[in-house]
Amino acid sequence: MIRHELIIVGGGLAGMRAAIEAKKRGVDVAVLSQVYPTRSHSSAAQGGINAALANNPEGHDDTPEKHAFDTVKGSDYLADQDAAFILTTEAVPAVYQMEHWGCPFSRYDDGRIAQRPFGGAGFPRTCYGADKTGHYLLRTVVEQGLRHEVTIYVERFVLSLIVDDGVCRGVVAYDMVRGGFEAFVGEAVIMATGGAGRTYSNTTNSLISTGGGIAMAYRAGVPLKDMEFVQFHPTGLLTTNILMTEGARGEGGYLINDLGERFMAKYAPKAMELAPRDITARAIQTEINEGRGIGGKGYVYLDLRHLGAQKIQERLPGIRDLAIHFEDVDPVYEPIPIVPSQHYTMGGIDTDNNGATPMPGLYAAGECACVSVHGSNRLGGNSLLETIVFGRRAGDAAADFIKGGGAKPAGDLQRVAGEAIKAVESRITKLAHDGSEDPYAIRSEMTATMKEHFGIFRDEESMKVGLDKLRSLKERAQNMKLRHTGSVFNLDMIRTTELEGMVDLALTIATGALARQESRGSHARTDYPTRDDAGWLKHTLAYYGPDGPRLDYKPVTLGMFEPQERKY
Amino acid sequence: MPEAKFRIQRYDPERTPPTWHEEYTVPYEESLSVLDALFYIQEHFDASLSFRYCCRAAVCGSCAMYINGRYRLACQTNVRHLAAGTITVEPLPHMPVVTDLVCDMDDFFAKFEYVKPWLIRNSQDPEKEIPQTPKERAKLDMPIDCILCGACYSSCPSVWGDKNYLGPAALLNCYRFEVDSRDEAGRERLPLFDNENGVYRCHTITNCIEACPKELNPTEAIQRLKGVAVRRRILGRWK
Repeated sequence: MIRHELIIVGGGLAGMRAAIEAKKRGVDVAVLSQVYPTRSHSSAAQGGINAALANNPEGHDDTPEKHAFDTVKGSDYLADQDAAFILTTEAVPAVYQMEHWGCPFSRYDDGRIAQRPFGGAGFPRTCYGADKTGHYLLRTVVEQGLRHEVTIYVERFVLSLIVDDGVCRGVVAYDMVRGGFEAFVGEAVIMATGGAGRTYSNTTNSLISTGGGIAMAYRAGVPLKDMEFVQFHPTGLLTTNILMTEGARGEGGYLINDLGERFMAKYAPKAMELAPRDITARAIQTEINEGRGIGGKGYVYLDLRHLGAQKIQERLPGIRDLAIHFEDVDPVYEPIPIVPSQHYTMGGIDTDNNGATPMPGLYAAGECACVSVHGSNRLGGNSLLETIVFGRRAGDAAADFIKGGGAKPAGDLQRVAGEAIKAVESRITKLAHDGSEDPYAIRSEMTATMKEHFGIFRDEESMKVGLDKLRSLKERAQNMKLRHTGSVFNLDMIRTTELEGMVDLALTIATGALARQESRGSHARTDYPTRDDAGWLKHTLAYYGPDGPRLDYKPVTLGMFEPQERKY
Repeated sequence: MPEAKFRIQRYDPERTPPTWHEEYTVPYEESLSVLDALFYIQEHFDASLSFRYCCRAAVCGSCAMYINGRYRLACQTNVRHLAAGTITVEPLPHMPVVTDLVCDMDDFFAKFEYVKPWLIRNSQDPEKEIPQTPKERAKLDMPIDCILCGACYSSCPSVWGDKNYLGPAALLNCYRFEVDSRDEAGRERLPLFDNENGVYRCHTITNCIEACPKELNPTEAIQRLKGVAVRRRILGRWK
């Protein structure tokens, strides 16, 4: 049993930011990460981070209030407005802090941080480092974690929570390099494990974005909020779904259909290519569905050629490299074939504005959490922001909780931790001995089901078919066969156990989506095409049940901006 | 159905001999990367195969390997770009192997962490950003793109010959801060690289340049860092 006061699961931006804050407060913190922290999925973010710095001449009168309005409108009014205000108000000092910590932002001639236009924003407010902003921010935060001597356990795969009498006390982790399971026990746990993009076959997300932390919290009885809201990024590379940043359109890139038209004129005549992601992704999918994809096929073009080689090389060198290496297309000379691709999990572990979940001792931050600042559709540039703002707040709140003596005195933790490890070991033994189902067949059927039945456009008939498929996959997943039982770097064990959680999360997405009889943000139903504030301006809560999720609802915090129709 | 053949180095310390090669045939499709193929093999032929992975988009640095005798990221290496014939996949050479394609990266990361790879400031931070001109920022363009994949470190004969040498990646990241106009390390970081295990152990063999999958130039960074060290030590100039 390894003891630290605070156990943080995940070494990406939110986890490391939380760790630094708690460490500064004098808390003994340990970060557990499945990969060396600089490898976390945060590194894949490209386009930038929003803050009303008002550095761009076009945005000289930008304010956190305007940023909050754009965020709430972008969310189709499902964001909690107090949370959105916290996000946008703390954005300004948070971005300056990242700069002071060394983040290499791109600059204006006068030395100030440069800002570019992004979707759904009234002003150019997205601060960026070329098109590698996530990589630079993650490096900065990890570097500061090293400077603050945060204890980091690298290549630990976390399998379950340790809960004692309703209080979260730690986690059970697999030591990938040395083999074996360990209990990490403390006064509080922060989940910062990222999103669940890999539940879809067509995702931009890293291979480790499997929603592990969300699934563990859910299994332990913590409600998940708004899971049916899944963001599709308008521009993923055709063959790999690798992200082509929204910054490409922020810098002036066009979306082009088979007729050579900038078709966004039909869908968002004012914002054009810089409409929010839900609207842009639907526009692309509509063009494809109506036969105006390139050559009648299932993709359109992102055309950057008119930007010229110099601007592309200066502002968008990363996506140029990706297009060359992964699609054999050089954007300087050819348009890039793109498809809308699953990109972001708006839902997640239900938290308050300080990252606290309904379970004492358990906190969550970043993409695995749902505060909610993104509501039913996240604006580009707000996810990096959420990780550092709410990562900091979660670290601070967990420190308060620990300094205040926690929820109640712990019981016999040695025994509780021992039981938790035994439960994990017996689950794995059972998979190895009794199972017969091929986990990789289940995985590919599940991810294909999510793409087909819970994608950009949804309707009752199709979702019912999808839900039935998921239920039968869940049943098969109870009986999976673990083929490899070696102790070191056992990918079969990692990929099989993570799949159990992925199937659970797929069911929460499916159940929430089928129940929500309206269209809002990313949740677009062809059978209920309009938003229904009277019936559905509320958050979905999904509770774990052995026969599938049980749904409940709770109100959205309003009070600043009256819901209105979204036009761009 | 078209196929691609792979010859993969395996390692299991409990086996005799611990290292061997196995051949697998994977269905070929145009988008097939070496990383895709490793997953296919792990899923369909041998569940015990192990390798590191994360972003599959050449930004996280997890899957650096030795593919057909060259340093490459498995995710970024598309099979259609490789020469016809069997594709050989081996772990990073000259590194201790944990299992199969997974190397022990502990020394590599310890050396990175040793050089204080963070911005060191002594003055009070301003309320807003610390100004930095595009020209000053441009000095960082090359070194900030390092993804810590370990290819350069594995390729460096000076590392092979001297376990204490910091190696190209740690020094490249050291350089990244030493040339940052905002950094005020002064003499704080200097003794960490201005010594026989630091910049002077680089003999400009330039393997690191060829090995780097991000096309960076650690050799140049190290030579410039030698200049920084000399200016600071002898001329007493901090920038």
